[in-house]
Amino acid sequence: MTTFLLNEQKVTLHDSSADQTLLDFLRQDAHLTGTKEGCASGDCGACTVVIAEPDQGRLRYRAINSCITLVHSLNAKQILTVEHLAQGNQLHPVQKAMVEHHASQCGFCTPGFVMSLFALYHSGAAPERSSVIKALSGNLCRCTGYRPIIDAGIEALEHAQPDTFDARAEKTVKALSEIETEVLPKDPLPDHSVQFWQPENRLELEQAIARCPEARFSAGSTDLALEKTQQLKQLSPLIDLNRVAELNRLDVDEAVLNLGAAVTYSDLAETLLADYPEATEWLERLGSTPIRNRGTLGGNLGTASPIGDGPPLLLALNAEVTLGSVRGLRRLPLHQFFTGYRQTVRAADEWIDCIHLPRRQPGSLFRVYKISKRVEDDISTVCAAFYLELEQGKVRVFRAGFGGLAATPLMLSDWQNSLLQTDWENIDIAPFAESLEAELHPLDDVRASARYRQRVTGNLLRRFHLETTGTAPTRAIPVELDHA
Amino acid sequence: MRKLTEQLHQPDASTPNVGASLPHDSAIRHVTGEARYVDDLPEPQGLLHAAVGLAQSGPGVNLVMDLSQVKAAAGVVDVITIEDVPGKTDIGPVFPGDIVLADGTILYAGQPLFAVAATDYESARKATALAKCENTATSPVLSIAQAQVDGCTVGASVEFALGDAEAALTKAPHQINGELSINGQEHFYLEGQVSLAIPEEDGGMLIYTSSQHPSEVQKLVAEVLGVAFHKVTVDVRRMGGGFGGKETQAAQWACLAAMLARRNGRAVKLRLPRSQDMSTTGKRHPFHNQWQLGFDDSGRILAADIVIHGNCGYSPDLSNAIVDRAMFHADNAYSLPQARIVGHRWRTDTVSHTAFRGFGGPQGMITIEAAIDDIAYTLGKDPLDIRKRNLYSAANGVTSPYHMEVGEAGLLNELIETLEHSSDYRQRRRQVNDFNREQPILRKGLALTPVKFGISFTAKHLNQAGALIHIYTDGSVHLNHGGTEMGQGLFTKVAQIVAAELGIRVESVQPSATRTDKVPNTSPTAASSGTDLNGKAAQQAASTLKQRLIEFATDHYKVRPDQIHFADGQVGIGDQQLSFAEVVQTAYMNRVSLSATGYYRTPKLSWDASTSKGRPFFYFACGAACSEVTVDTLTGEYRLDRVDILHDVGASLNPAIDRGQIEGGFIQGMGWLTSEELVWDDQGRLLSNSPANYKIPAIGDTPPDFRVALFDRANDEDTVFRSKAVGEPPLMLAISVWCALRNAIASTARPGQCPRLAAPATPEKVLDALYDLKQTEVSDEKTSVLA
Repeated sequence: MTTFLLNEQKVTLHDSSADQTLLDFLRQDAHLTGTKEGCASGDCGACTVVIAEPDQGRLRYRAINSCITLVHSLNAKQILTVEHLAQGNQLHPVQKAMVEHHASQCGFCTPGFVMSLFALYHSGAAPERSSVIKALSGNLCRCTGYRPIIDAGIEALEHAQPDTFDARAEKTVKALSEIETEVLPKDPLPDHSVQFWQPENRLELEQAIARCPEARFSAGSTDLALEKTQQLKQLSPLIDLNRVAELNRLDVDEAVLNLGAAVTYSDLAETLLADYPEATEWLERLGSTPIRNRGTLGGNLGTASPIGDGPPLLLALNAEVTLGSVRGLRRLPLHQFFTGYRQTVRAADEWIDCIHLPRRQPGSLFRVYKISKRVEDDISTVCAAFYLELEQGKVRVFRAGFGGLAATPLMLSDWQNSLLQTDWENIDIAPFAESLEAELHPLDDVRASARYRQRVTGNLLRRFHLETTGTAPTRAIPVELDHA
Repeated sequence: MRKLTEQLHQPDASTPNVGASLPHDSAIRHVTGEARYVDDLPEPQGLLHAAVGLAQSGPGVNLVMDLSQVKAAAGVVDVITIEDVPGKTDIGPVFPGDIVLADGTILYAGQPLFAVAATDYESARKATALAKCENTATSPVLSIAQAQVDGCTVGASVEFALGDAEAALTKAPHQINGELSINGQEHFYLEGQVSLAIPEEDGGMLIYTSSQHPSEVQKLVAEVLGVAFHKVTVDVRRMGGGFGGKETQAAQWACLAAMLARRNGRAVKLRLPRSQDMSTTGKRHPFHNQWQLGFDDSGRILAADIVIHGNCGYSPDLSNAIVDRAMFHADNAYSLPQARIVGHRWRTDTVSHTAFRGFGGPQGMITIEAAIDDIAYTLGKDPLDIRKRNLYSAANGVTSPYHMEVGEAGLLNELIETLEHSSDYRQRRRQVNDFNREQPILRKGLALTPVKFGISFTAKHLNQAGALIHIYTDGSVHLNHGGTEMGQGLFTKVAQIVAAELGIRVESVQPSATRTDKVPNTSPTAASSGTDLNGKAAQQAASTLKQRLIEFATDHYKVRPDQIHFADGQVGIGDQQLSFAEVVQTAYMNRVSLSATGYYRTPKLSWDASTSKGRPFFYFACGAACSEVTVDTLTGEYRLDRVDILHDVGASLNPAIDRGQIEGGFIQGMGWLTSEELVWDDQGRLLSNSPANYKIPAIGDTPPDFRVALFDRANDEDTVFRSKAVGEPPLMLAISVWCALRNAIASTARPGQCPRLAAPATPEKVLDALYDLKQTEVSDEKTSVLA
């Protein structure tokens, strides 16, 4: 049984299907039609709503795509929709700013923008253009050209003050914790009408798998839900991994960053970027803010897409992955994980438990580059990550991970070994770029030609060499590398 | 006697009307989610949801469909094919050729084959997947080149001639030729195609739709149902974006919903899911254009021979007018003293390409802009100097290749000079050159390009409009006209016009949904003409009512007409001030009609298609943009650093709305020329059929430094309050971005070398252009022309 707050109202779902999307629930069942369907694939943001959840006694607000979020996964959360922001005739400050800046034309995308801005308003972000752009990276507008929306966002942030939601926050936190303690059944097994399991820990997860071996795993459902909305497949029965405590670990020891497989990109950003600040641009270009608020690294490995953005970085950084099942946990190097096109060593009854990254080695050099037609929210044409350790100027360790170039995320062991022991500062990188291009056999597809992928990948090695040896700027796309 | 209200409509604050930056009439409803689109309307009892089965393969004959499983699927109530159409089956808007459902032949991949009505949306969609279709595949014609070989067209070629271009070309000191492929563009209106058909008594049908052309939807629904037009009413309150994609191609879904509704006696809603919408509707036309120019040492063009090839898709749709408009803009702002412009309309086996903001104009305009750049690169001069050298002017001449005198020549010259200074073009040109000398990897490009866009439908009869205004006895005003609101602020502007005419506050004027039973026989809201036409019609209706009130007051209060003044919601009558509402009530009591229609037709138009001469446009809207880009020569990625725009809107009716059109049009045009890439497979199936793989500009693509100013000068022609149309022209300001990218690429070229750059200039195409320059030998044909 799933219970949540829809705006201020407690709602319990009894008989909706396990794979019902939040958007369908809002528009069809709750008759809240302010939230729009623009694409039903998480690409346009017209369906954006905000999820509020308790975080250390306060409420944390995050924008998500309701079209690819499963409504049952929102147990014990508050769902905020555009209808709820204004108090009578009193517009919320973000709505007021949008009106005053003439930031809507056709208006169809506007509720989504308003909700993304509402989440930003509550994020404590600095009133800067970059904050607004980052927060609205998943919202498409075809009419305005965005300038007035950016201005509205900056102004709303400049004058941000506690709003009615802050005033109600304590009450809301209490209501949500009551749902947690009083309403949610301790038994993770659902009633028969809804084939949706939501285990709280590994033990319950094992039980759920045992009870329903045919169930599929779901975390952020940013990829999975497309099978329903685009291919009209039935997803249920489902085992939701979002609440499994062990899969939400995020801890750092002397040697390793442990990133739980169900931790969202937004939640792992701080930990990852503390050691690897060069991944800032990569992370900001990975999906969009609402996608990163739901998507998980475990999901990215689980789908095993050759164009996923996680694997190139993780391969270059020599990541390991832990898989779990009733038979226990097993840990293996990530480069052994992928076996073919969307194929991995994961058994059907195994979940992805945790991703382990080595801590940053002092003096190591690292870059991850993503090339796509558009900066915000685009799928990689090529993603390339390079990692280098030098010993007295000579290459001691060199690893590269690539996406978009083969049927699987790619490592080229022989090629990368050819760089070992070279004098990095003084080598002529051109032959290595050429041999790299020769190793690649990508495809022509909707995103780019094979030739472009080859050329660009060779050139990214050149860029890596330039950036780690020279001073000339090499990037047209601005990137914050302050901490690097 | 009916008691009159004591609650007179008197808004609080005095607000200015025309010329004020009032918010969009629906702005508050947009931000609160209260604005209703068709899919948001309360659903009628017993509503059925429709879905369309599309051809999954390319063209073929002998189509046989087995729909038994579709009919048997859960929730399915009805399935229709072409056999079930009670009336006409062809829904071509101007020429025949658009069949409402496939008739034994698959004309293109993505063609609607049948339609399903089910109890819910998901069941209807799922059922469509159960069809078994067989056909004999035919070899598809997918390119302009192939269509030329096969001689496939949708209309006869047209030629404009001014002087003798051929003779002048051979005599010119320099000659260049070139060609440019320009890909199409998906509209990507955020609200997809949707219609709700509700059967009414007496065989009537009420259609709620998202269409720019309610009258055409009415006509086509009536024709497919085989009923008189008066049985069909079409209502459009607003669209979630149109951009031309809902001018003709919204009708099919209304027709299918109406047929299913009639058969079943139940309301039917048909909404296309995004990937179907992208796969089955037409795009901006791809073009492949060629030019041959003769010019002198100063870069002055002496002769031009331009051939325009439009890829029209499988049917005429609006393609003839679109290719015409490409031809009408192949001169852009430049005097071509001897010119020949030919336009071909090639038929290919894909979706039928259709109207899209600019309507062929952009594809014509970018051709001459690319050619002008070629002159500059050939001569080693700044492209801006070549542009200025060739502008329409008293010295260069003001006669267009279609023999219309360009009255805006002086304005264009002044506008470009002004922008050249305000954008600091010359200083930045030096900085760009310095940057490019110093930087090994990054290259900057700068371009300042003009826009001159002809305003009027080139189909003369469409240049008319109607309006209907009621004044109620509390003094509030109901406004209706034939224009549709798709976000462009039309309803706001027309309300401002009516308020100004009646001397009342704009809050007193209530715009209402466009309906075919209020204002009949309307033109599409297209060709940037919405305000020009409907604003004038509404102004005329308001003026009629005002005149009646003046006549009444003259008689009733015994004053002269010149003693009566309407302002700020008050009517000054001689010495006394009465509220507008009081005067209205008194007029009502004295039996004065308070409802009036208005009508407008654009004057001065005289286009003779048989001679390709005359005046197709009432006037031109002009503008210019200066764009600066930085290109990464390793990856082809780039950044738009700064944009300066100066755009001519005449006397602005609403500067905020006009600025919104300028900025939005610019970014949309930038998308067309940069990240938006349509990709088709070898059967003509659209591969880029989702926002996951078709990338319109996102928020980070808006330039960080974006300076937009209005060239705020009254229109010389008698338009409504001397304003100018603004919907389409700004889209073409984005040609400056493409030219700036090419300028950055050209910085890596040898002197005299012209880079080749496709449109859209995706990072891949930019890198291709950079590599091509590296690989081109000095003996290249382009450079040998120079020697």
